[in-house]
Amino acid sequence: MNGAWSWYVIALTAINIIGLAWLLLATASSKPVNDKPVGETMGHVWDGDLEELNNPLPRWWLGLFILTFIFALGYLVFYPGLGNVAGTLGWTSQKQVQSELDATHAKLESLYAGFRGKPLAALATDPAASKVGRNVFANNCAACHGSDARGAKGYPNLVDGDWLYGGEPETVLASIMNGRHGLMPPMGATLPGDGVEEVANYALSLSGLAHDNRLAAAGKSKFETICAACHGVDGKGNQALGAPNLTDDIWLHGDANLEGIKRKILYGVSGVMPAWGPILGEDRARLAAAWVLSQGKAAAESEREFEEAEHDHEEKEKEKE
Amino acid sequence: MQTVETYNDKVVRQFTIATVVWGVVGMLVGLFIAAQLAWPALNFDIAWLSYGRLRPLHTNAVIFAFGGSGLFATSYYVVQRTCHVRLFSDRLASFTFWGWQAVIVAAAVSLPMGLTQSHEYAELIWPIDILITLVWVSYAVVFFGTIAKRRIRHIFVANWFFGAYILTIAVLHIFNNLQVPVSLTESYPIYAGAVDAMVQWWYGHNAVGFFLTAGFLGIMYYYVPKQAQRPIYSYRLSVVHFWALISIYMWAGPHHLHYTALPDWAQSLGMVFSLILLAPSWGGMINGMMTLSGAWHKLRTDPILKFMIVSLSFYGMSTFEGPMMSIKTVNALSHYTDWTIGHVHSGALGWVAFITIGAVYSMLPKLFGRERMHSIKAIDAHFWIATIGIVLYITAMWIAGVMQGLMWRATNPDGTLTYTFVESVRQTYPYYVTRFVGGLMFLSGMLIMVWNVWKTCLPAREIPVVRVPAPAHA
Repeated sequence: MNGAWSWYVIALTAINIIGLAWLLLATASSKPVNDKPVGETMGHVWDGDLEELNNPLPRWWLGLFILTFIFALGYLVFYPGLGNVAGTLGWTSQKQVQSELDATHAKLESLYAGFRGKPLAALATDPAASKVGRNVFANNCAACHGSDARGAKGYPNLVDGDWLYGGEPETVLASIMNGRHGLMPPMGATLPGDGVEEVANYALSLSGLAHDNRLAAAGKSKFETICAACHGVDGKGNQALGAPNLTDDIWLHGDANLEGIKRKILYGVSGVMPAWGPILGEDRARLAAAWVLSQGKAAAESEREFEEAEHDHEEKEKEKE
Repeated sequence: MQTVETYNDKVVRQFTIATVVWGVVGMLVGLFIAAQLAWPALNFDIAWLSYGRLRPLHTNAVIFAFGGSGLFATSYYVVQRTCHVRLFSDRLASFTFWGWQAVIVAAAVSLPMGLTQSHEYAELIWPIDILITLVWVSYAVVFFGTIAKRRIRHIFVANWFFGAYILTIAVLHIFNNLQVPVSLTESYPIYAGAVDAMVQWWYGHNAVGFFLTAGFLGIMYYYVPKQAQRPIYSYRLSVVHFWALISIYMWAGPHHLHYTALPDWAQSLGMVFSLILLAPSWGGMINGMMTLSGAWHKLRTDPILKFMIVSLSFYGMSTFEGPMMSIKTVNALSHYTDWTIGHVHSGALGWVAFITIGAVYSMLPKLFGRERMHSIKAIDAHFWIATIGIVLYITAMWIAGVMQGLMWRATNPDGTLTYTFVESVRQTYPYYVTRFVGGLMFLSGMLIMVWNVWKTCLPAREIPVVRVPAPAHA
């Protein structure tokens, strides 16, 4: 703000406050306005019976008014308010934020220092690290991936062992820090005629879903020459490109049916995970990665236990027979 | 032979009925969106029933349709009777009625269609803004024209407040709606960024200060002494708090933008002047309350006075709460929570709606040639149902707001937030239901009023024509 505007603000503020102070002083007298005693009317009558009394200003109200003036003047001395006048405390909202951030970081430094330098695999089995990692995930990642990390349509499930870019600890951390942009281009133009229909049927067959055998057979060769560039000849994907495995019946973008897959082939698919490095910093990102890895491990274990239990159950059933 | 001059009560009758009708409509929309917050499926996946479109419809309907019609009705009624002269122009007055109704209908169509300027309380698109400007200028001509040809030298205090509200709303409306149209329904504001935000809240808070406060203080200064049959407590207090109120309100807008990109000096001035505003606001409350001194016993028998005195209590309470919430440290907790919604409704339902309802009950029988409203008991029932409804509403929102503020700022020892946003939404559910019940009660009271108004106006009879009294010192 240049000097003229600053003076404009100061002048308007001063005129308003001084003007009101003058008005209060000029009317503060406890004597009535007219010559008649307090409690008499002012002598005007409207609409037959509307009148006004000549009572003075209530003293407590006057006191309250003056108190707010004193507070205002004090505040404007200590804090910025009068144009460019900084205020004697030198306070600014930026300084307040910075000092609160510094204090918080200083307090948390010892906590995060304890985890620094430990390998991610070790952090994934450390309950103290998991607790912090879970909180970081809940605050920042859960909005898309869900508080249980099991994802949603368009947002990958992080505990099913199916990794688009690889599940190595350092790869997971890289995904968090730098973000990912998964892009499948629209393929309609390269698959003329019944091409899209055929390839879609072939894709369904890869995951063992209902499909038309004749069309799928026709689609196989097209898939192997065009789609295989990213998804591989066997359709098992390519983690270097983030190209999904099409044989595991896991469908990130849902709609695992002919129409849905045709739409993806025709129009392409784009998915973005933002880069969290600048927001979280490496300390927190590593803890979040470790928690995700621990969840994947836990999910795999419970899956195995479930299968074992199923197996035992079946054995027992057989024995009974 | 000189023709006998009479008051133009036709336009007052029209606006009075419009007040009651739009009150029911606006509050019904409010009740519906309150229900949507508790049970979101109520938007039925229909775009024009969605919360984002109906919320501005609710605020525009209750502020400008209900409150606005109430202000037109009472200001036309009061200015004639306290100037002892007929309205300046019957034609222009009639234009303000039909023009204002056209604005309301245009709003009720365009807002659910999703047509908006995206400025709170100034959502209406530019062609409607131009119609508002025409109506408002006509309103000013009628009002100040009537003041100019008054037969009583002293201008009655209610007319200062009405005058200040009419002038200021004209200035606010024009400067906050300066937009560059790009099509019939779309436009861009001429301000950008923090400047746009500041102009918007300079407008927004003064809409509260002048539309919802100064205008309704005008109502208070006529109808309270009329109903209590007592003189106004202090002429001097009315002068001092008038000038203090209108000059200080102008500064208070920045308290809506604490801890934002607005420069620190503007935030400080917004807070400081909001605190000073406490005294001028209470000046109006004291003057109204003390006018009843010596007539307190009338509260036992006159439910209309109950509406008025409780409205003044809510006015005092919300003008205490407002300055407190403008303190930056308090605002850091309260901002963006339902506390703000509770504060607004203690002012809107408790003060604005109650004083309007009181004024309508007070003048309606006179306008339709009846001695009193059809049922005094129904007024009493309306009063109690509405009062309990407000209390339920605002206490639910206080608790919900403080709880949300505390949940949002709670942190774990590792520096992360303790609660996700959706957890705070889940915890708010019972308070949303309570608020819905409070709103349902308030609307029920309005329906009782509709019945009572119907019964008072319906019996066919001659509409009274009120003669302007002969000059006292002829």
